[in-house]
Amino acid sequence: MHYSIFSLARAALGGHRAWTPAWRDAQPKPEYDVVIVGGGGHGLASAYYLAKEHGLANVAVLEKSWIGSGNVGRNTTIIRSNYLLPGNIAFYERSMRLWEKLERDLNYNAMVSQRGVLNLYHSDAQRDAYARRGNAMRLCGVDAELLDARQIRKMLPFLNFDNARFPIQGGLLQRRGGTVRHDAVAWGYARGASDRGVDIVQNCEVLGFAFEKGRVAGVETTRGPIRAKKIGLAVAGNTSRLAALAGLRLPIESHVLQAFVSEALKPLIPNVVTFGAGHFYVSQSDKGGLVFGGDLDGYRSYAQRGNLPAVKDVCEGGMALMPMLGRVRLLRSWGGIMDMSMDGSPIIDTMNIPGLYLNAGWCYGGFKATPASGWCFAHLIARDEPHPAAASFRLDRFARGAILDEKGQGAQPNLH
Amino acid sequence: MRIPCPYCGLRDLSEFLSLGESPGARPDPAAADAARRFFDYVYLRDNPAGRSEEYWYHASGCRSWLKLVRDSRTHAIESAVLARAAR
Ligand SMILES: Cc1cc2nc3c(=O)[nH]c(=O)nc-3n(C[C@H](O)[C@H](O)[C@H](O)COP(=O)(O)OP(=O)(O)OC[C@H]3O[C@@H](n4cnc5c(N)ncnc54)[C@H](O)[C@@H]3O)c2cc1C
Ligand SMILES: [Zn+2]
Repeated sequence: MHYSIFSLARAALGGHRAWTPAWRDAQPKPEYDVVIVGGGGHGLASAYYLAKEHGLANVAVLEKSWIGSGNVGRNTTIIRSNYLLPGNIAFYERSMRLWEKLERDLNYNAMVSQRGVLNLYHSDAQRDAYARRGNAMRLCGVDAELLDARQIRKMLPFLNFDNARFPIQGGLLQRRGGTVRHDAVAWGYARGASDRGVDIVQNCEVLGFAFEKGRVAGVETTRGPIRAKKIGLAVAGNTSRLAALAGLRLPIESHVLQAFVSEALKPLIPNVVTFGAGHFYVSQSDKGGLVFGGDLDGYRSYAQRGNLPAVKDVCEGGMALMPMLGRVRLLRSWGGIMDMSMDGSPIIDTMNIPGLYLNAGWCYGGFKATPASGWCFAHLIARDEPHPAAASFRLDRFARGAILDEKGQGAQPNLH
Repeated sequence: MRIPCPYCGLRDLSEFLSLGESPGARPDPAAADAARRFFDYVYLRDNPAGRSEEYWYHASGCRSWLKLVRDSRTHAIESAVLARAAR
């Protein structure tokens, strides 16, 4: 069903009984050309672009739970392309351009809102670092503006500008950054893929791989064996476990990241704001809740829940930045399992077993990457050659010493 | 999560830093295949879901390095010993 003002009016006149499910909850077939493991944002986007851009429709997405139950439905919905390193800027800017036309492309309202992402700075050294990043972005055709405290006071008068230790000196603003309704991204891609013939199979956990003549030939699942010529992994925090089933070790650790939402308030925060003196960021959802988060808990975890020290740390950052937060009541908090890579950057590549492809290492920033990740992963799977925009995301970069370490932290996943 | 430091007793998680999974013994830099071994040592991890051996640092306590056996699914700690003693 095509969504439009007319379909809405027609359905409304009929008492909204005409709506049909947005996508097919498929039964697994015995064989596919391509199987994507993981029904998160990246897996669904990959399947969509495989069908749409490469004409491959004999494709299945296998999801162990329900689609959107992983990080795509747990993130804080921020999109931006304010990176420093050349290998990253071009990729994330491509993603931003795809976000900008996503809703027309999918015919689905994903509530893409380019409300601006503002990174605050609190010292001269931090201003210089942000100016450098802003310049790198502008050289690559990405929008960036360095603001001083006076300009920010006009936008966000409620911030704690004169904090004795961390006065707000200014910020780096990317106006095209913003937020996107995360569940709608999963559902929109699922609908687009399903309409083009892709099977979306839920409650289907991959338990192992089948190999034939040195190639991968299929998967064992909780719903029986499924044969496939090519298999793409897009399982985020569970990547190491899937790789281990194929006998491979990866430069990845799984870590828990928490997020929080407050009770609904009247419109208060017009954009996405990040505190530069601690780790805290906040935006306001269309329902009115303040959505915020901060650092990883800091230890390896497969439990989708965190501990109290990280909660306290986030709240302290929030109170330092916006003291009025102290009067707001917290509604919910949750956690998701991040595939933290050793240099903080992602991996889109083949693996050393023919037929097996890897999409992983998205750390805590993979939501904004969803469209470009799907685009590049589909290209890699369909044509067996890496997409130029993901050329820096090869798996062998660690062995070659060509790591892509945006923060300069070294091989310590909990610090990225 | 609270961690039973062998020196300080049961202490809150906020006092500790995690280095992550124990990567095994540091390779010999003079070995013929040192580059490959160091790649393995620095970058590759098992990252198991379940029982894991990890190094933790009691930063806001006795400043000892600890070796923990911990379940990465439940956060339950099976044992904590001084890393020096564990070697
Ligand atoms: C609290 C939090 C806040 C975040 N905030 C942001 C943000 O503001 N901006 C941003 O850009 N990024 C953010 N991220 C990161 C982002 O959400 C992730 O990087 C991204 O969603 C990961 O890709 P995905 O959507 O494909 O993952 P997922 O949605 O996790 O998809 C992976 C899927 O694989 C499935 N799976 C796992 N194992 C198997 C198996 N054996 N068989 C079948 N299926 C399997 C899982 O059930 C899951 O559904 C945040 C993450 C968290 C947790
Ligand atoms: Zn101690």
